[in-house]
Amino acid sequence: MIMAALEKEGVELVFGFPGGAVLPLYDALYDAPLKHLLFRHEQAAVHAADGYARVTGKPGVVFATSGPGATNLVTGIANAYMDSVPLVLITGQVASPFIGTDAFQEADITGITLPITKHNYLVKSAEDLPGILAEAFYIASTGRRGPVLIDIPKDVFDQEAYFNYNKECHIPGYNPTYTGHAGQISRAVKAIRDAHRPVIFGGGGLIRSGASSALRQLAEEAQIPVILTLMGLGAYPGDGELFLGMPGMHGCVTANYALTEADLIIAAGVRFDDRVTGKLETFAQNAKIIHIDIDPAEIGKNVLIDIPIVGDVRQVLEELLRKLKPGNTAKWLKQIKTWQNKYPIPTGVTGPDSALKPQFVIRELSRLSDDNTLVATDVGQHQMWCAQHFNVRKPCSFLTSGGLGTMGYGFPAAIGARLAAPESRVICITGDGSFQMNIQELATVVNNRFDMTIALINNGYLGMVRQWQDIFFNKRYSHTALEGSPDFVKVAEAYGARAIRAVNDKEATAAVEEAFATKGPVLIDFIVEPEENVYPMVAPNRPINEIITGGEY
Amino acid sequence: MKHILAILVENKPGALTRISGLFSRRGFNIENIAVGETVTPGIARMTITVESSEKVIEQVVKQLHKLINVIKVSNLSNEPSVTRELMLIKVRAETGSRSDIQQIVETFRGKVVDVSPDSMIIEVTGNDDKLEAIKLLLNHFGIKEIVRTGKVALLRGSKVTREA
Ligand SMILES: Cc1ncc(C[n+]2csc(CCOP(=O)(O)OP(=O)(O)O)c2C)c(N)n1
Ligand SMILES: [Mg+2]
Repeated sequence: MIMAALEKEGVELVFGFPGGAVLPLYDALYDAPLKHLLFRHEQAAVHAADGYARVTGKPGVVFATSGPGATNLVTGIANAYMDSVPLVLITGQVASPFIGTDAFQEADITGITLPITKHNYLVKSAEDLPGILAEAFYIASTGRRGPVLIDIPKDVFDQEAYFNYNKECHIPGYNPTYTGHAGQISRAVKAIRDAHRPVIFGGGGLIRSGASSALRQLAEEAQIPVILTLMGLGAYPGDGELFLGMPGMHGCVTANYALTEADLIIAAGVRFDDRVTGKLETFAQNAKIIHIDIDPAEIGKNVLIDIPIVGDVRQVLEELLRKLKPGNTAKWLKQIKTWQNKYPIPTGVTGPDSALKPQFVIRELSRLSDDNTLVATDVGQHQMWCAQHFNVRKPCSFLTSGGLGTMGYGFPAAIGARLAAPESRVICITGDGSFQMNIQELATVVNNRFDMTIALINNGYLGMVRQWQDIFFNKRYSHTALEGSPDFVKVAEAYGARAIRAVNDKEATAAVEEAFATKGPVLIDFIVEPEENVYPMVAPNRPINEIITGGEY
Repeated sequence: MKHILAILVENKPGALTRISGLFSRRGFNIENIAVGETVTPGIARMTITVESSEKVIEQVVKQLHKLINVIKVSNLSNEPSVTRELMLIKVRAETGSRSDIQQIVETFRGKVVDVSPDSMIIEVTGNDDKLEAIKLLLNHFGIKEIVRTGKVALLRGSKVTREA
């Protein structure tokens, strides 16, 4: 029955890990047309499903067993919830009569995941299953996307019931708004016409709603510069004429200055996260703000909004385009050019004997990639360097853990991306700390001979935390040196993957070229400058135009 | 400010936990809560009283709307409404004080619903002020136990909070 439902939903691939409570489910899988990818840890399975969903736009489907199987999913679910990624997770549960008795491998996973799922279900009887499955897919993939979990007791798997599957669901309390309010759109049109210093400030909502071509058209027709959050990267080409970069804590100086000086901010699919706004009281004081978002609860949550528009970002932008009256932004664009020339993204100071710079590595990976490349990053300094230096050319091609900042996300997400887009090049850019949080998946990529470049930015530290200790704690490096890390080349080789080490610029370039030309998984261990910091930087809860440059300008 | 929210919710397992969890997660206390069936089968109505600022309550209402099982949320404190709560009070009642207690109960249009050799149970219905007032008066005799249902409220006039 579950297999039939998945087939009706167009699911081709499931990510998972078996166990006692899902034996019947895995038995059904044995001769189902569905493909299943086996991981070495449930957390990796969810992150991979998440990566798959971010690339395809379709819900990623995960199977896991009861108890520890289910609890191992938790980080991945929270990660998907924060970044609005559609997932349908099916967990086994102990048999109904045992629920609530602390039975072997029992965990109240619907209780545990209550605050980190869009919705969840504990199935009472097989009769309810078709309705619940249809609802789960519908809820996960409409409105503001998110993870939905279905917990199925073992005895329910064994029940027989009539399979009547109806993909159309009517849920009385769930009616997402897609079309923007016409009156508000007209007000937005006027505000754009009258603005002298407008910026578009876009986020993950642009990606999820497929709004990038509408965004591009708006920016170009009205000559409005574009700022994208970490989650929005790719919605506008990274090398596009009007692109100012990422704002916020490690954002471009120009992006932060532009937000501070703007008289109009067109915020599209963003949630004004604290890493972006800095000190709220000083954020964009001179600007009128238009906020377009599918989730009404995001509007006015952190920042006061002048023109709220609840709706699907793509649909609203398209409607806006039909009525658009461009203003005159020439003078503003000139001001922005001046900032851009004065404050480029720092590439790190190099001397004749200086070690390999992480920024250089990211730039080489970017330079040698083409339009058809998917990048998944982990969390830390290397993630910020990717955001700053990797030219993200297309939407859905930059996968990163934005809201939760989950170390260990990148590698499995890259596996998901690999399966989602067989024609694309896939690069996982990770850190020596993050990689060790899901390093076991080397078995998965080797076993399946996945073409993938794993670029390990090896600085010997939990670099991002070390940087904070450097700047805010007087260089007291408490437990951030990764002593005892393995020889990553040997580890990769032990799993059966090709591995290369690079310690200088020349080797780095050669290694990337070789990896890109090689079939199967290749790990490059880039030994980089250990104490390189990410700049520019804004201290937490400070105004975003108060920039720590690290002596770069 | 005090807010009284009327929430219509599908009567599904976990719906209550979702709603109360949402309040505790965002860091404020539910002052009181009452739940019961509505005229529509399968749909329950919760009345929740909370103390919070205007801005925060607005965010809470939006978050409540996001819960899949929640059909409608109205903030009744923004409009004229009738609010009632029922309270049972077990009060110490020696033979000498019974008639005094009886008199107070009548003034407040309450009822004596149980009598034992040294105590009585009194039932009163009303708004906050009235319940506080009788509590104060009976305190004099010695209150042994109190239980309250939590507030329920309806909009005045013909306006309704319905699922459609
Ligand atoms: C699961 C998890 N634990 C802890 C953190 C806190 N944290 C943020 S960045 C970071 C360091 C990451 O180190 P590494 O992967 O080597 O990346 P680098 O900063 O050195 O580039 C840590 C520990 C986190 N984000 N996620
Ligand atoms: Mg590191």
